[in-house]
Amino acid sequence: METTPATSLLRSLTIQLRVIHALLMREIITRFGRENLGVLWFVGEPMLFTLGVATLWTLIRQHSESSIPIVAFAVTGYSSVLMWRNSANRSSSAIAQNTQLLFHRNVRVIDVLLTRILVEVCGATASFVALASLFTYVGWMPYPDDLLGVLLGWVMLAWFGASLALLIGAGTAFSDLVERLWHPLAYILFPISGAAFMVAWLPTGLQKVVLLLPMVHGIEMLREGYFGDVVQTHYSVAYMATCNLVMSLLGLYLLRQAGRRVEF
Amino acid sequence: MLRDVSFQLERGENIGILGRNGAGKSTLIRLMSGAERPTSGRIIRGMSVSWPLAFGGAFQSHLTGLDNLKFVCRIYGVDYRPIVPFVEEFTELGIYFREPVMRYSSGMMTRLAFALSMAIEFDCFLIDEAMVVGDVRFHERCHVELFHKRKDRAFILVTHDANVIRLYCKKASVLHEGKLLQFPSVDAAYDFYQATMVAHPEPVEL
Repeated sequence: METTPATSLLRSLTIQLRVIHALLMREIITRFGRENLGVLWFVGEPMLFTLGVATLWTLIRQHSESSIPIVAFAVTGYSSVLMWRNSANRSSSAIAQNTQLLFHRNVRVIDVLLTRILVEVCGATASFVALASLFTYVGWMPYPDDLLGVLLGWVMLAWFGASLALLIGAGTAFSDLVERLWHPLAYILFPISGAAFMVAWLPTGLQKVVLLLPMVHGIEMLREGYFGDVVQTHYSVAYMATCNLVMSLLGLYLLRQAGRRVEF
Repeated sequence: MLRDVSFQLERGENIGILGRNGAGKSTLIRLMSGAERPTSGRIIRGMSVSWPLAFGGAFQSHLTGLDNLKFVCRIYGVDYRPIVPFVEEFTELGIYFREPVMRYSSGMMTRLAFALSMAIEFDCFLIDEAMVVGDVRFHERCHVELFHKRKDRAFILVTHDANVIRLYCKKASVLHEGKLLQFPSVDAAYDFYQATMVAHPEPVEL
């Protein structure tokens, strides 16, 4: 253990922000490059995904009996999934790809993970805002009924995504199994995550089961904020907040342990 | 692997550490640079310590040489702009400085790695000599940069080459069987080191 004169919290924060800024610049240029759209891809990529899904669902017209416009449904649902799924996916390789950076004393594993989470959350948010604005302008999506509700849902989902990313990222430092298991798990989670349905459409027994997943609550919150009285939603802010909190704490703890185990 | 190691280094002092392959030199360097934590004991740093010099592994190959310089400077909170002329001149990369590192030859990468190490003015430099590869002229220039222009700094030199230690260090130690043995003079250390080498011959390194 080091015993250096204790640095004040403010100074440590300044250093950490500086490090994250450096890592952020590095990450962005590495991932998106300088050719064709360059950095704009970080918004462009999620947008393309969401557009694709929206097109697909419109064509299938699964929910023609519902009063929610299909495009709005797709955008709210898929953008949410993108946010938490991408964060977790990118974080699963975060430590392995960046171990060499740990030679710099100021760079810790948490900085590496936070940088990746930041990129994904900002990308998904920017994509959501861009698509929602575009479709609202064109008339395929209504204005949000309760903007604050939308914000709450989105923030809770971002928190969920970040905690999940912390858990998975830290887990990969312990065992390869985590990454192998995560990919099929993510695949299975998508259809049941609430993106493609409203909880109210399910039989009561199934509703209770699905509501065990925190992200379902988040999407319900988001959609209530967006569509207001038109939809019937089921969610509990307290439940999701508790889940997020537990996951975050566990993730941070595991990350700290992981930081000690990294070998390079 | 390292069992009982303790020493103290003041500002401006140089210390050389000799050791056979597998004695734990790389581990020691990693512990000192902060890349690894000791399982017991403490490391107290009263001055800024560099990362192992010439370590080129932290390059991101899609980034250009200039990007990597900016990255390193940002991490340490140093303004990169005044350092660019030095790096350009030392690395002699020309236009490649603004090309992605993946297009560099290994010699270019080594020069860049070294230049980046020099970019931050640390109080103490960690030098793992085994990592410095290159031609004689490059070695000479490195030596000028390190030991002449920065001779007021502290150096921890970990190497096989006793001549280098003799030139630049007042103290020398030998890493032997997990312990760091101190010696009153570089020659005494070297004699001990030679003795252990003879007793347990190691394969010839090229």
